[in-house]
Amino acid sequence: MKVAHPLAPELRAVSLRDLGGLLLALLLVAGPHALRMPWWLSLLTLGLYGWRTQLALARAALPSRWLLLAVAALALAAVFFEYRTLFGRTPGIVLLVLFSGLKLLEMRTHRDGAVVAFLCYFLIMTNLLYTQSIPTAALMCAALLAVNCTLVGFAAPRRSMRANLRTAGLLLAHAAPAALVLFLLFPRVQGPLWGLPQDAYSGITGLSDTMSPGNLSQLAQSDAVAFRAEFQGETPAPRQRYWRGPVLWDFDGRTWSMGQNWLERFEPPRGEGRFEYVVTLEVHNRTWLFALETAASLPERARLTSDGMIVSALPVRGRLRYAVVSLADAQTGQNERGGALERALALPEGGNPRARALAAQWRLGAQDDAEVLLRAIDFFRGAALSYTLEPPLLGRDPVDEFLFDTRAGFCEHFSSAFVYMMRAAGVPARVVTGYQGGEVNTVDRIITVRQSDAHAWAEAYLPGRGWIRLDPTAAAIPGRIESGLARAVRQGEPVPLLLRPQLEWLRSARYNWEALAHRWNVMVLGYSPERQRDLMSSLGMRDADWRSMTAAMASALGAFTLLLLAWSLRRLVRPDPVQRAWRSFCRKLGARGVVRAPHEGPHDYAERAAHRLPAAAAAIEAIAALYLIARYGRAASREQVAELKQRVRALRLA
Amino acid sequence: MMRALLASPRLRNWFYGYAPPERGTVVLGHRRVYIVPTRLGWIYAATLGILLVGSINYALQLGFALTFVLAGTAIAAMVHTTRNLARLAVSAGRADPVFGGEEAQFRLLLDNRARYDRPALLVRQVDSGSQLVLDVAAGALGEAVLAVRARKRGWLPLGRVMLETRFPLGLFRAWSYVEPDARCLVYPRPERTPLPAPAADAAAGAARAQTLGNDDFSGLRTYQLSDSPRHVAWKAAARSDDMLTKQFSGAAGVELWLDWSLLAGAAGPEQRLSRLAAWVLAAELTGAAYGLRMPGLELAPGRGDAHSTTCLQALALYRCA
Repeated sequence: MKVAHPLAPELRAVSLRDLGGLLLALLLVAGPHALRMPWWLSLLTLGLYGWRTQLALARAALPSRWLLLAVAALALAAVFFEYRTLFGRTPGIVLLVLFSGLKLLEMRTHRDGAVVAFLCYFLIMTNLLYTQSIPTAALMCAALLAVNCTLVGFAAPRRSMRANLRTAGLLLAHAAPAALVLFLLFPRVQGPLWGLPQDAYSGITGLSDTMSPGNLSQLAQSDAVAFRAEFQGETPAPRQRYWRGPVLWDFDGRTWSMGQNWLERFEPPRGEGRFEYVVTLEVHNRTWLFALETAASLPERARLTSDGMIVSALPVRGRLRYAVVSLADAQTGQNERGGALERALALPEGGNPRARALAAQWRLGAQDDAEVLLRAIDFFRGAALSYTLEPPLLGRDPVDEFLFDTRAGFCEHFSSAFVYMMRAAGVPARVVTGYQGGEVNTVDRIITVRQSDAHAWAEAYLPGRGWIRLDPTAAAIPGRIESGLARAVRQGEPVPLLLRPQLEWLRSARYNWEALAHRWNVMVLGYSPERQRDLMSSLGMRDADWRSMTAAMASALGAFTLLLLAWSLRRLVRPDPVQRAWRSFCRKLGARGVVRAPHEGPHDYAERAAHRLPAAAAAIEAIAALYLIARYGRAASREQVAELKQRVRALRLA
Repeated sequence: MMRALLASPRLRNWFYGYAPPERGTVVLGHRRVYIVPTRLGWIYAATLGILLVGSINYALQLGFALTFVLAGTAIAAMVHTTRNLARLAVSAGRADPVFGGEEAQFRLLLDNRARYDRPALLVRQVDSGSQLVLDVAAGALGEAVLAVRARKRGWLPLGRVMLETRFPLGLFRAWSYVEPDARCLVYPRPERTPLPAPAADAAAGAARAQTLGNDDFSGLRTYQLSDSPRHVAWKAAARSDDMLTKQFSGAAGVELWLDWSLLAGAAGPEQRLSRLAAWVLAAELTGAAYGLRMPGLELAPGRGDAHSTTCLQALALYRCA
């Protein structure tokens, strides 16, 4: 006979409690998105949630299909209005968030509720595209608990919320070992399966391949981590921490750019001051890698350009870990090509007359390039230039205006002006960008380099000595190098919060936190195919391919499932010793053909058994008597129980 | 294919691991608990597939973690769903006799001997579709009353009962069949136009039957356990501390024979039994002593609930020649 199934989700109406659980879960998973979305779209989503809540509280009917379609069209239009497209990562996610509100408005049964719950999983996943930090992981766990608790509530609507929460927690705890096995053993594949959307790496901060006034000082206001370096042995002193990045050759009067460069066969330089370290580079979607000047070894699969830049074959789109060795004092480029030196002297025609005049003056009295250099440095030391994150805007002759009028700028102004003057005076020079400094974590001795450490300096070429580093910012503002950005700029400038010296206590808490975050990045988020191979070989599986890993994963999962089953098979309630002895007695008699009938009491049963097995009659009756005392007697002694057990054990039925 | 195979009772019994009827308490072993994903479970699996592909494509390690935690949750949910049903002790309770055409109320006791709750257990009688959802707390005893329409007189077995659960996540459906040794006695359906017995009986020469109908109330005596509640003088009992029973003078001397042979005009044996059942009820109401005479069976006259039950049982289980 066909009857409605009371457990079928499509037949069970969503209760107020179910709705509450789903709303909590949605707030947890959509919250991080809402903080990134345009505020009015977040408000729109919240309005949809509120509408559904109000309808449920008023026990009113849900809106008609036509009204919902109209609202959906409105949401689409709103997203299109904001982003001018409906495709791409960000608009897609915003649409997903909006549709979670729409789905709530047509949610009537548990089946719809389950769809909302699964939508929550997707919203958690899309949030991971933006951040995978420890707090995100914690939020993810909380959201999973909320979603699962709601699903348990669907299955057991009459059970208390607290009991359902316990079940959801137990499920998560039981899921953890399997999740760990899968995480470690699931064969990882490198790289995307298909092309990523155009905007997949938008909003990533970092150095670019050009430098114009203002863009480094913009970057320096960001707290974001650029990379971290773990040193084996000694850490470099602050003035040694020049992390080399893009080298800029070409100047158009305003913007320095990298131009063309060539890969070169790597010849390790010789020198003093060896540092060995591992860099964990954050995603920056560019090919260059950072290392202390001067790199004496290259990371795996990386090359060196002729101007000393380390580049990888592909843009860095996942957190990258590489080992490097650097030398603090090494000379490079003694035999520079003539073409490169010509390029290092090129200047646009005209402009900056005062700077050109000054450079010509330096050149006039100088015996060689080295003397010109010294004069330039003297000039920067004495020019009373000030260092600011908010440099004034410059006009048609930026070098002149910076050096002689505004006299305030950021390192891009200093380096740009210096290299310009050098070239004007006939000394080959180039701009080097990268990071200077970094903060040593007192907890794990790891140096964290942030975007706020972005820096630009200069290199000049002296015949016979090669390219030598000159930092005009350091010459003009010595504090910048020794004590960092925050102390070098004037009070009241928008220094990133974490760099402010007033917050010392915050800083020590932060060190601990960052040490933890670094371990998280390396151990969890940095779990790459290479790390997986290392793990497999440490487990004794050399050259593990995906087949052997899948086999290992499947067997570990199977073992885990069996363990869980064994857990569920535990003895339900262990009977007391008296009961166990009696059951064993009944089994023994049953084996001789005297099966106890369900209605038969101990006394009657023993009597019947004694009658059937006269040889053991005395023993049987004694056992029955003992059992009656032990089980129903007022105060059975320990000895009696022991005797009962002993007698049952000793019972022999011929 | 599977369905066709399971249509054969023997194969079905082999497949489900038991042979009906099952005496005493049935503890559902793991071997008897079947489990398959629900439609929701398949959608969940598809969701996991999409999440996995997304994690691979965007190289999201935390995405892998999310996907695998969800996969582990599914495995755990499978075990929990089985556990919710497995080793539940099912036994049949009493089922009071009913008349044909009524619904027999079978009681099924679900004994949860475990230390955990077993929420949302669906109990369904397979043939009648009578069902209910039960929560059985840890260590508690749940009672399900299943109504089965009694069509024929005689013993009505409870038949196959399905127990099902989808707890905790609704991703899996675990079920098991039991067929406890529970039966309900079905009396013949009383024919609603009961012919008064005495007229025909008088023709049979029983002179004593003449006093029937003059059943006069003759007094009260102290209640005895065997007295019918219908004869208790409730009004008098309310006034005094003792229970009193009404006595009828006429009843003492009258013996009424409800005789099979008197119903020669009935359409068939089943209709005769139906009329006899109606007579038994009518006679019991009058308070007269009545006996039952059938081919190969004679019950001496008597009265009271025990006697009427005996008569009705005899009618229910009577084998027509």
